[in-house]
Amino acid sequence: MPVSAKPAKTQTAGPARGSLLGVEKLPARDITALLELARRMDPLKTRPALRGKRVLLLFYEPSTRTRTSFEIAAQALGAATSLVLSSGSSVEKGESLLDTAYTLRAVGVDAIVVRHPNSGAPHLMANYLDIPVINAGDGMHEHPTQALLDAYTILRHKKKLSGLQVTIVGDVYHSRVARSAIHLFSKLGARVTLCGPPELLPEIAATLVEGLRITRSSEEAVRGADVIMVLRLQRERLAGLKISLPDYISRYQITLARLRLAAPEALLMHPGPINRGLELTWEAADCEQSVIVEEVSNGVPVRMAVLARALGKGP
Amino acid sequence: MSRDTKPLSLLIRGGRVIDSVARIDAVMDVLLRDGQVAEIAPPNKLRGEADEKFEARGLVVAPGFIDLHVHLREPGQSYKETIASGTAAAAAGGFTSVCCMPNTTPVLDSPEWVTWVRQPQRGAMVNVFPVAAATQASKGAVLTDFRALQRAGAVAVSDDGKPILSETTMRDALRTSAEINFPIIQHAEDTRLTQNCSLNEGPTSFRLGLRGMSDASEAVIVDRDVQLAQQFNGARLHLAHLSTADGLKSVRRGKRNRARVTCEITPHHCALTDADLRDYDTSFKMNPPLRSAEDREALVAAVSDGTIDAIATDHAPHAPHEKIIEFERAAFGITGLETALGLAITVLHVANRVPLERIVELFTSGPARVLDLRGRGTLLRGSHADVTIFDPKKRWTFEAAKSRSKSRNTPFDGWQLTGRVVATIVAGRIVYRGN
Repeated sequence: MPVSAKPAKTQTAGPARGSLLGVEKLPARDITALLELARRMDPLKTRPALRGKRVLLLFYEPSTRTRTSFEIAAQALGAATSLVLSSGSSVEKGESLLDTAYTLRAVGVDAIVVRHPNSGAPHLMANYLDIPVINAGDGMHEHPTQALLDAYTILRHKKKLSGLQVTIVGDVYHSRVARSAIHLFSKLGARVTLCGPPELLPEIAATLVEGLRITRSSEEAVRGADVIMVLRLQRERLAGLKISLPDYISRYQITLARLRLAAPEALLMHPGPINRGLELTWEAADCEQSVIVEEVSNGVPVRMAVLARALGKGP
Repeated sequence: MSRDTKPLSLLIRGGRVIDSVARIDAVMDVLLRDGQVAEIAPPNKLRGEADEKFEARGLVVAPGFIDLHVHLREPGQSYKETIASGTAAAAAGGFTSVCCMPNTTPVLDSPEWVTWVRQPQRGAMVNVFPVAAATQASKGAVLTDFRALQRAGAVAVSDDGKPILSETTMRDALRTSAEINFPIIQHAEDTRLTQNCSLNEGPTSFRLGLRGMSDASEAVIVDRDVQLAQQFNGARLHLAHLSTADGLKSVRRGKRNRARVTCEITPHHCALTDADLRDYDTSFKMNPPLRSAEDREALVAAVSDGTIDAIATDHAPHAPHEKIIEFERAAFGITGLETALGLAITVLHVANRVPLERIVELFTSGPARVLDLRGRGTLLRGSHADVTIFDPKKRWTFEAAKSRSKSRNTPFDGWQLTGRVVATIVAGRIVYRGN
């Protein structure tokens, strides 16, 4: 047979229906529908909605909560799950992202949940695959299911997001959680304030969505806030940026004293994993207003909703 | 070059000749004979017979276009492009001469490899002028033998893609440049400031969660090199593919101070900004990156005010396995030879009212002056018979799949352009004829 010059890989018309690549392009009504669907999901009651479906978790980065909650969510819907980690797979032998994706597609998976250190990696897969791709965190870009579970968590305590004052404190620049959260909270009508040192929160961050406020004072950021989201801080990163740790702690660490400036019944959130004594104190992490552990639990119904939308009849 | 042995004369009749050196912008006949421009005269004044005639009524007849900055990928990277395929794309884009960059495998840092590139066996369809490496293996430490490279036929030296960072190395290079009248081409990027960066720093890089290159990473090197160039009377510094308003300011300062500083810009930096980069499409990834709208406007203004000396494509072909991957891991660079004229006319002439004569100048006499290419960039009698004939009003759609380049990495696939090459003539022979 003569060798043809036909390209082996062709771009599809766009991401398959049900893909979730980010919050930026997700319309507000889709967000609301997903949150509504999540409320109807019961992780303790296995439903056969996705029986016979195979969900593949492709993780190029370590993960505890995202990975397990996607697994549990898929299984609670009756789907089978497989896990592929970059270490110990053909990725280590130099296989490209797309070839890995095609291989998994050929094996017969129905959806791929991917976490990747490179921003945009899920978009690349979605542009070449005919099955839904769900972004479980890509580089510094987005982590859409985290933002959804954060909104879900807030809505368990507050009537609506619209009109709430949400403050995000810490390393916004490197945070995919922050980018997704900013998009989502803004789309649902919250007023978002960002707080951190210029190295971790450049002025350019204000261009992400309209109406974002940036402040360098944590007191100012926290005062009157209904929700305070603290981001994880990496010690090595501070060292690389030549930021003094004691200085950061004194200016930006969330303490009980700072929390007292917030609105009554304000929520303290953190996407985890937390570094006690760094971005927040031990006491703050466990205070009455903290919903950090609840966020983890809420990851399951939210990811059930995302998978149901991807593979089921969906909303 | 594919030439017959028999000399040939060619009469180009009735075209609008634009030649800024000869100060001509009028309908003229041009007679090419024995590889030279034999005569140029008002219509129907030329007597004698020509072997072949080319009817150019309604078309622009310009000196052959010169591209100061292409990557032909040979030796060593022929899976991306060859001298034959790259020059075929050049011919289709109206370029009769291209200057190829030395970041090949091995690096073009010896007279032997310069000679190799120029050998007829390479199958070049247009003139190829090699730019040799400025330092051994382009590692930035030890200067190459500029004199030997110049004798072998190199037209300049550059460590393109790997800027010369060391001040002392750059100073020594410029000193030798002044001594032997040999241009240094600098890719102005302080790579210490751009580690792990894959696009311009700005709202787009923040939104996409990618590390961005600051304007300053270009401007600091331009500034430093312009300063250094002023230390040596006659040193020639050419700045490749400038992309920022700040970089241009430094060039203007150097020119005001009478330093021999020249610069080029690319069509894509005039046509696009980083805001056009959507969904991690790696065919928008190049270095220097697409910049802000303000930078783009500054480039267009610099075309009009005379700061820019040449338009160069930075034609940088890559294979799919280097491009259809994660954005941060993908190779920098896009192809550009076949879209250059159409983009220049569409973006600069039609949209920004840059006169056609200025655009022709930037493709012809401008680049010829930068590298001192004698007898090129003009149609004065006795010049090389290199001619580009184009239709400045023709609307057409660029289809990457039909490119003559071996690679397809372009953001302009499917673009509607105005201005198309009709014929490309090298040494008196038609090497490309459009529809």
